[in-house]
Amino acid sequence: MGRFWIIAATVFLAGLLFTGTVDNEFYFFSGYVILQGMIMATAWNILGGFTGYVNFGSAGFFAVGAYTSIALNQAFELPLPILILAGGLVCGLIGLATGYLTLRLKGIYFAISTLAMAIVFETFVNNWEYVGGAAGAYVLTQVDKLFFASHVELLFMVMLMIAIAAVALARYLSTSRIGQGLTAIRDDELAAECMGVPTLRLKLISATAMGVFMGMAGAPYPFFVTFVDPISAFSLFIAVNAIAMPLIGGTKFWYGPVIGALVLGLTQEITTVTISSELNLLIVGVVLIGFITLAPGGIAGLVQDFRRSRKG
Amino acid sequence: MFTGELLMNAIVSGLLIGGFYAAVALGLSITFGYLEIVNIAHPTFVIFGSYVTYIINLHLGFDPVLAGLMTAPVFFLLGMFLYRFYYVSFERAGQEPLNGLAFFFGLMFTVEVLLILVYGVDYRLVSAPYIGQTWHLGFVDFPLRMTVPFVVATTMTLAVYLFLSKTFVGRAIKAVSQDRLALQLMGADPVRIKQYAMGIAIATAAMAGSLLIIIGPVEPSVGRLYIGRVFAIVVLGGMGSVGGTLIAALLIGVVESFVATFYGPSWAPAVSFGLLFVTLALRPQGMFGRA
Repeated sequence: MGRFWIIAATVFLAGLLFTGTVDNEFYFFSGYVILQGMIMATAWNILGGFTGYVNFGSAGFFAVGAYTSIALNQAFELPLPILILAGGLVCGLIGLATGYLTLRLKGIYFAISTLAMAIVFETFVNNWEYVGGAAGAYVLTQVDKLFFASHVELLFMVMLMIAIAAVALARYLSTSRIGQGLTAIRDDELAAECMGVPTLRLKLISATAMGVFMGMAGAPYPFFVTFVDPISAFSLFIAVNAIAMPLIGGTKFWYGPVIGALVLGLTQEITTVTISSELNLLIVGVVLIGFITLAPGGIAGLVQDFRRSRKG
Repeated sequence: MFTGELLMNAIVSGLLIGGFYAAVALGLSITFGYLEIVNIAHPTFVIFGSYVTYIINLHLGFDPVLAGLMTAPVFFLLGMFLYRFYYVSFERAGQEPLNGLAFFFGLMFTVEVLLILVYGVDYRLVSAPYIGQTWHLGFVDFPLRMTVPFVVATTMTLAVYLFLSKTFVGRAIKAVSQDRLALQLMGADPVRIKQYAMGIAIATAAMAGSLLIIIGPVEPSVGRLYIGRVFAIVVLGGMGSVGGTLIAALLIGVVESFVATFYGPSWAPAVSFGLLFVTLALRPQGMFGRA
């Protein structure tokens, strides 16, 4: 217990120090994007990595979080923390409902339903004029920047806090008794069910937690980019990253998505700046396929294998 | 608003597009139903097929349907290779559920990005004498750019149906998911049979691709719209049932056409996904599938 929280507190303080000393806003933009990826990846892994149920509709959850924030902001001009909680709540409920309807079936049906769900929501948003419809919406209200030098620094710290919370929850879920149940589901769901593991309840807990954090990752997005349209919010790129990062880092470990997000996120930021953003997309696809076929355990799996081979 | 004329036209155009949907869904129905491989990259292969047809049509001037027929054998080999790769990487190691799915997801994304890198996001189209012509039967319109794909698609569906039920390889493909051991005792190698099945599935994607670009201009991300649609059709039709696939495809075509005519085209994409969701929640084995 102790060491993890010391590291978390150190990361948080380092983030604060970073905002206090660095002036170049670019680093905070990049940091925000990487942290957003980390939250999405960690959330995806709570269900996908721990239980083996693949969610293809991550972008749908993310976008619903973003649009919840836009709608509530237009209607009531609520403060950011409330919007983040609202986004988490709405997406948590969606995760629970989707899970309730389809998690009793084989994993593939859940995967297809999440894909379907994302498109249904996209169609809905496209036709919902209040939040801009297909043309998109500008978010001109600024969040209160408190004692930070700029808005992006505040948003960066907000994402850092959500990321720490997401990782802490993922760690709790994987190391507690719940985690043992989830692993049992991934390895052999039928056997787990027979041994008295409450599989449906555990899967629903995972699906809800996944939804909550994806929604929370999406809620600050409108303030970060100031212009949101359905194409950018429901982008396939977000969904691909949410899957690629855990798979690259290692899906069996709570820290896998963190490693994946740092490695892939940094690579993406560097290629976008130095080469081009199209090539950056290609890299994600190729690296994802490469890791799945050659190193299915991800980086964390490779490290574990290496340690074992040195011991034995 | 709700006139008989409008209604008839909505039904006919729904049936025409539905026949084409069957061509797109057919390959997935085979891989999903008989091989238990969830190739979510299938629509991407359709788009890839559209681009090959586009190139052949542009440079050699061949008819798009002919171009599709020329592409199909190459795609057949591609499909065989793809299954081999899948078998060696995932199926033999017993990790197909999560990694296999993610593999096809990555493949879909990669092919799409490659097409964007090479051809950009501009819409591409083909030329053929019948595109733009329309036959009229009373007050019902039969645009040839829809009718030709409908005829080709239903012919192909029928051919695949006959192949699967009449030939040895076809029957072996149907048997491989049911009883592997019995199939081996009959002297058929399951891995090779599955390779053929995947080859046929991807070959139908090449044909479907050539039809897609006859119906309208194509750009790389169009495939995504088809993912939900084809899964809705395959699940609704009961996986692996070719007849069920055709009926489900026609049904989805008509329902979409109704929604587009009477509620507006922007709602049409939600139809198939909504249907899919309801089917999965209520009757996951589909209308014609085994429970």
